[in-house]
Amino acid sequence: MSALGVSLKGVRKSFGAKRVLDGVDIEVAPNSSLVILGGSGSGKSVTIKCILGLIQPDEGVIEVGGQDVTRLSRRDRLALMDRMGMLFQQGALFDSLPVWENVCFKLLAQKRITRAAARDRAAEVLAQVGLAASVGDLSPSELSGGMQKRVALARAVAARPDLIFFDEPTTGLDPIMGAVIDGLIVDCVQRLGATAISITHDMASARRIGQQAAMIHHGKIVWTGAAAELGNTGNAMVDQFARGEREGPIQMELRK
Amino acid sequence: MVGAMLAGIGRPVLAACESVGRLALFAAEAVSHMVRPPFHARQFWRHFVEVAYFSLPVVALTALFTGMVLALQSYTGFARFNAQSAVASVVVLSVVRELGPVLAGLMVAGRIGAAMAAELGTMRVTDQIDALTTLSTDPMKYLVAPRILATTLALPLLVVVADILGVMGGYVIGTMKLGFVSAAYLDSTWDVLEAMDVISGLIKAAVFGFVIGLMGCWYGFHSKGGAQGVGLATTSAVVVASILILMLDYVVTEAFFSP
Repeated sequence: MSALGVSLKGVRKSFGAKRVLDGVDIEVAPNSSLVILGGSGSGKSVTIKCILGLIQPDEGVIEVGGQDVTRLSRRDRLALMDRMGMLFQQGALFDSLPVWENVCFKLLAQKRITRAAARDRAAEVLAQVGLAASVGDLSPSELSGGMQKRVALARAVAARPDLIFFDEPTTGLDPIMGAVIDGLIVDCVQRLGATAISITHDMASARRIGQQAAMIHHGKIVWTGAAAELGNTGNAMVDQFARGEREGPIQMELRK
Repeated sequence: MVGAMLAGIGRPVLAACESVGRLALFAAEAVSHMVRPPFHARQFWRHFVEVAYFSLPVVALTALFTGMVLALQSYTGFARFNAQSAVASVVVLSVVRELGPVLAGLMVAGRIGAAMAAELGTMRVTDQIDALTTLSTDPMKYLVAPRILATTLALPLLVVVADILGVMGGYVIGTMKLGFVSAAYLDSTWDVLEAMDVISGLIKAAVFGFVIGLMGCWYGFHSKGGAQGVGLATTSAVVVASILILMLDYVVTEAFFSP
């Protein structure tokens, strides 16, 4: 399997009268890492949920590996999902299963591995994210926030996906743990040779995990460029956001 | 004026029709996953044990005391017409045909329907259901189908236990308090009981079990809005399942025993 490219053209999505995505265009080359930036409620999460097929867009084309995911049947979408992984903002670990079953869930659900082999595979992947094999026997509720993020990362990469999504991977973590998670993300993506799409509003994290960056504001992509340029892009909106400045073109507004 | 009034009536009617249609499609999809592989046997067994085994105490106690009360009430009521000898017959027919399935259904709706709605609702608002999809697993097949199948198959077993304990409760009160001779009470019980009484009760139980699982999954699966949404889903699952149990009780009774 090879890394998957992603292409969004004119994607629009409204919830009731509220337009969340207003013609989003994004190109992500195979084997590259894109970070989508934007304030809370700007449409970042909806964008990746549309790519994953969890939300159906109202308009536009979304291609993953050349296939338009908006037109795939449920079965074909689940098959394509085999090649994707996702780290959710809050981890979304399954409370009813121990950590090792969470990590190898996809492999076990598809009977690609026996339960005994899954324990070994879970220990191997947990080691890659800096967790001891003994953590595998714990319940997710027994873990700290940082450990839950690591387990969620382990689950996202355990089936060796070709395209990985990271939703606010450092939210709620202290700066050191955030840097550790970012380092693990970069290691995992490089090891797998996968394409990565992350969303965040943490600038330090964006520079660490992204090669390319795109900023979304009011449901539109307003800038794309190299993640290393963040803060010095020459785009007043992006630079204000990247520097966390109060004054600038982005103003706090009444939310509807 | 008239147009606005008609629109005011039409909107909720259309909304209700849409909800019923969505629920029917949800139920049909769940049933289709029960008969199409792959099957998640481990999930099914986990929920079957939760329903059939861990609901036993509450169902057993409810049935036992209901049988005891029924014997006592029937005796004092029938004494006015010198018809005390009918107590055993009334107890067994009431328990097997009606009270066993209905009370077990209501107890399980409160216990399991609420738990299912709360668990699935929490999974929904914490992105666990979306996570399942990203792990190439259909949530309807993994979460919904095993739960509905488990309640549908487990409730008849619970009703068998409820029937036995309900009749036993009546027997205990009849023989120890009301002065019935043990053999005569048991003879009256067996003489009046027919296979169709038991079968109709078990079919009712399966229908109620399906409804409990369906409502718990439906409200939990479509929960939104955080803790408040989960609470609302839980309450709705129990209330709607309880009302449907009482309504369907009439429908099944009509089908079996219409004169």
